[in-house]
Amino acid sequence: MADTPIDRLARATPSSLARRVRGLSDRAIAWVFVTPTILLLLAINIFPLIWTVRLSFTNFAANKPNAEVKWVGLRNYTRILTDPDIWQTMQATAHFLFWTLLFQVVIGFSLAWLINRKFRGNDLLTTLIVLPMMLSPAVVGNFWTFLYEPQIGLFNYAVEFFTGIPASSFSMLGSVTLAPWSIVIADTWMWTPFVMLICLAGLRSIPDYIYEAAEVDRASKWRQFWTMTVPMVLPFLMLAVLFRGIENFKMFDLVVQLTGGGPGSTTLLTSIELKREAFEKWRTGYSSAYAIILFVTVFGLASIYVKALNKVKER
Amino acid sequence: MKSHYLAATAAACLTLSMTQGAQAEDLTLCWAAWDPANALVELSKEFEAQSGHKMTFEFVPWTNFADRMLNELNSGGKLCDLMIGDSQWIGAGAESGHYIKLNDFFDANGISMSDFVPATVTGYSEWPKGTPNYWALPAFGDVVGWTYRKDWFARPEIQAAFKEKTGRDLTPPATFAELKEVAEFFQGREIDGKTVYGASIYTERGSEGITMGVMDVLYSFGFKYDNPDKPYDMEGFVNSPGAVEGLEFYKALYDCCTPPGASNSYMGEGIDAYKSGQVALQMNFAFTWPGFEVDPNVGGGKTGYLVNPAGPTGERFAQLGGQGISVVSYSEKQDAALEYIKWFAQPEVQQKWWSMGGFSALRSVVEDPAFAASQPYAQTYLDSMAIVKDFWAEPAYASLLQASQKRFHDYVVAGEGTAKEALDGLVQDWTEVFQDEGKL
Repeated sequence: MADTPIDRLARATPSSLARRVRGLSDRAIAWVFVTPTILLLLAINIFPLIWTVRLSFTNFAANKPNAEVKWVGLRNYTRILTDPDIWQTMQATAHFLFWTLLFQVVIGFSLAWLINRKFRGNDLLTTLIVLPMMLSPAVVGNFWTFLYEPQIGLFNYAVEFFTGIPASSFSMLGSVTLAPWSIVIADTWMWTPFVMLICLAGLRSIPDYIYEAAEVDRASKWRQFWTMTVPMVLPFLMLAVLFRGIENFKMFDLVVQLTGGGPGSTTLLTSIELKREAFEKWRTGYSSAYAIILFVTVFGLASIYVKALNKVKER
Repeated sequence: MKSHYLAATAAACLTLSMTQGAQAEDLTLCWAAWDPANALVELSKEFEAQSGHKMTFEFVPWTNFADRMLNELNSGGKLCDLMIGDSQWIGAGAESGHYIKLNDFFDANGISMSDFVPATVTGYSEWPKGTPNYWALPAFGDVVGWTYRKDWFARPEIQAAFKEKTGRDLTPPATFAELKEVAEFFQGREIDGKTVYGASIYTERGSEGITMGVMDVLYSFGFKYDNPDKPYDMEGFVNSPGAVEGLEFYKALYDCCTPPGASNSYMGEGIDAYKSGQVALQMNFAFTWPGFEVDPNVGGGKTGYLVNPAGPTGERFAQLGGQGISVVSYSEKQDAALEYIKWFAQPEVQQKWWSMGGFSALRSVVEDPAFAASQPYAQTYLDSMAIVKDFWAEPAYASLLQASQKRFHDYVVAGEGTAKEALDGLVQDWTEVFQDEGKL
């Protein structure tokens, strides 16, 4: 009989320890393995969450550790929910979220559908398309700042070329109407490949024989697309929307680099505002309440969405 | 005799080794990443040679400087032994215990604050303001001023066109009204085959840019932070009719006369716009001026320097910049850090500091008869430093700044509401901050 590593480990285990372990049930051994992970999660996730909830009812400021901390009840929450500036940031975030998701889903799915065919250079093209998502958001932000430059930017020149509108007559980042779209365009450029990859995985998971059966039944390409392709890719697409939705709800770096929240407060997203409250104004209690409100919003929306996703998967 | 000689030699060696052992520190100086910081690195080599200490530098770009360094101080970090912090941090530095008080050290080492330009002492060193409590040594005097294209102003065809348009000679603007007129004249004009623009002004949203720019104008229009007789009483001072007019002026200047896309410009963008020949006038801190003198495009006599123009009533003020150097209270090398400040305060070091591009605040340097002629911008710097005002230096400075950044950018760049509404809103925001601070 071969001397396996397990045999060697068993021989090396002191007999006193072996006796003790032998006395443990499978469940107890499972707990022994799982406990460190649970403790770690409690320490770095659950405890800070509970602590944040506690702080949200106080006037605590982290830059004044020696100042008296007062219990302010729901004041932080009422101030946030009745502040028109906060609602403006919520609106800016909703605008950003809605349009980036819409564009990324439509363009991402279209690209995946086009690329899911056998042609020469397919792999190279796929690699080129996914390049933007491999870049750092700060780099992408800088890069698009130059592209949007009214006097030297390629974006403005392209617009001039196609529409005849003079390049230096408009500023994507400086105009109140255009700035919200400028961040949508940059994010769509960067993250559409991600949605495309997930859709591509979905498309490639559809077995060929289903299409062959549909061909035999003389189903048109249009009908195949709507009754087979879309429903079978939908769970993947919804997953991509969930990932992108959560990511874009907390969007920070790209937008800070592009507009800094401006012009005015047009592109001031919730995460930028939260960071300013927490780490520039040092209103820790207030920003904790703000963070809790955002957490509950994302958690609630994500829960509803995941239920819908599960229903789609069950169909 | 021989034994005495040996004993003396041994004692000298022991003293020397002990002294060197006690001094051999690795000091970290924190500041913004900009040209003067590079000059300070060079200057500090002399200190290293004299003291035996090794200097390390932590420089952060301006847009992140406050964020990064205030977080460092607030967290009690030991990264920085010496901090050249912005003038507005002095309140928080003193009240939150980030900086050590320097009065005793100054007294013990014969450093007198009366030897420094008074505005820099008030701006960079004192807290509370107007009291002899010093938390920093004035390190770098700075002020917002203007540069203009002297070579363009001197061209006969441009002078003629200006005279034809305005009926007066093209001269460096002495009032804000003139400044706008000149900027309007240059806006969109073709010079050497290139379209140029009127002026580069501060519009940056993320850190402090637009506040520095707007304040630089508002002071001369009658803006005051609060009632001189009743601190923190801001109604009618922050939003006075003059202040409203000043803010309207700033927006009009932004709308009429800035280059396309200048909606988020601060020091760096201003330098780029000016050096690349895009603008005729440029608002910027004085620290940028030495760089223009040596620039191939705008140096060598092509640039003129202007003190901030006067407002409608003839009042003339300018926004203070600059910093003082402080010893961080969390540092474990405070003695060595104080040694650096003692060395830095010496007149000969300050003289060298000025010659290397550092704006000294020592009176013996700036009041030297040769000073005004030492650089083309020296007199403008001196005149500007005589009319400075500074933003709030309260511990809640960051909250006060965030509020003004939002109100000013919303109105000037985004065009939301009126100037009166913006300033009324600012009074409301600042009142709330001071209420939270327990000062109202």
